[in-house]
Amino acid sequence: MKNIFFAIFKRDVHIGWSQGSTSSMVVAFFIIVVTLFPLGIGPEQNMLARIAVGVIWVAALLACLLSLDRIFQADFEDGSLDQYALSPLPLELIVLAKALAHWVTTSVPLIIITPLLGILMNMDDDAFMPLIYTMLIGTPALSLIGTIGSSLTVSLRRGGVLLSLLILPLYVPVLIFGVMSVDTLILDMGGNAPFLFLGAFTLFSLAITPWASAAAIRLALD
Amino acid sequence: MHKFANPARFLRISRMITPWFFILTAVLLVVGLYWGLFIAPEDYQMGSAYRIIFVHVPASYMSMFCYGFMAVASLVGIIWKHPLADQSARAAAPIGAVFTALALFTGSLWGKPMWGTYWIWDARLTSELVLLFLYFGYMAVWEAVDDRVKAARIAAIVAMVGAVNIPIIKFSVDWWNTLHQPASIMKSGGASIHPDMLWPLLISILAFNLYFVTVVLWRIQSLILRRQIRGLQMRIVEGRQNVEGQNHHG
Repeated sequence: MKNIFFAIFKRDVHIGWSQGSTSSMVVAFFIIVVTLFPLGIGPEQNMLARIAVGVIWVAALLACLLSLDRIFQADFEDGSLDQYALSPLPLELIVLAKALAHWVTTSVPLIIITPLLGILMNMDDDAFMPLIYTMLIGTPALSLIGTIGSSLTVSLRRGGVLLSLLILPLYVPVLIFGVMSVDTLILDMGGNAPFLFLGAFTLFSLAITPWASAAAIRLALD
Repeated sequence: MHKFANPARFLRISRMITPWFFILTAVLLVVGLYWGLFIAPEDYQMGSAYRIIFVHVPASYMSMFCYGFMAVASLVGIIWKHPLADQSARAAAPIGAVFTALALFTGSLWGKPMWGTYWIWDARLTSELVLLFLYFGYMAVWEAVDDRVKAARIAAIVAMVGAVNIPIIKFSVDWWNTLHQPASIMKSGGASIHPDMLWPLLISILAFNLYFVTVVLWRIQSLILRRQIRGLQMRIVEGRQNVEGQNHHG
């Protein structure tokens, strides 16, 4: 059972990295989106420093969204998903393995590149570590909720646009708590409650994703 | 409950009661709005501008009620696999979306004289806006999936995931707003409301509720009929194919 879980995880991570496409393209997209903001708003350093954390979080959200349809699409088309459904490992855990692989192949590269973007955005020196902490805690929720959306739209034509319409409203708490917890961690005021709520939301997503997503996959395979 | 689950029986009974609901809705709506807009006293601070609450409060209440209705109907649909529950959820969605839009619209109309702008990122306005997006997503699912049974199941999962997330979204938006905007422009002390204003408001809320019931019943009826029409069309096409097939072989 454990072996199947890790085999699926390893396979997805391998595909994400080795074909070079998914992970590197998502990172490139992330950098370009952040670059667009100074171009749109103007190069004033103080302004950029003030919006840096929010911009980086929004860009991470969009970059994550971009890669969501990859989670199940190829497997659905070539029939691997049917094989997964027949394997002794419950579909709930398979879904979890794929969500974990999505996080490792998209969010982890984003977090690694984030300090560079912080420099581009003239971010406060104090904000670097808090931003990385909050992204480490918050981005799993993006992958998990995204997995639900991805499995709901896998069997549809025009799934991509629908996916963003379904998922983005659910990302609102991650964005709010993510940005807010960076503020509270820097200023050291009001405790770290937003940070804890961010963690709670990630755990909550972890709790609902396997059931919702597996139910959606069963529908898609019907 | 299962007595009303048969679509044909549902059609018969709902056709019988919808006109009554319609009349009751119309009467209460006229009474509530006339009382609220013309008879109720002016507010000592806001003057007559406050009268928008007789539309705004029922609309925003209904925007949340409709989503709750949808979520419960979806739950029933997914547990008992009942087509009527699926159709109820589907029928409620556009109504809820319109109530949400109406709440946003009347809110911003009220905001212009009170806050000096049509839109501020007030916590309640923001979470209402997110709710509108959730409705759009739900409705888009029904449009995107051709197979009806599959559409119902996918839409049900979407509605329920949305329903468990709504309190969290609401909570996060509230908090976001209080941190970023400490001194709110909202006037405090709205908790106590004069009976002369409360009664028309309650009547108005009841009227909006009955309006919802009436329109949901209508929409379910039309969804059932549409399905029957499609069934008949399929049968005609099949019949033709059979006749053609026989001619061919003959």
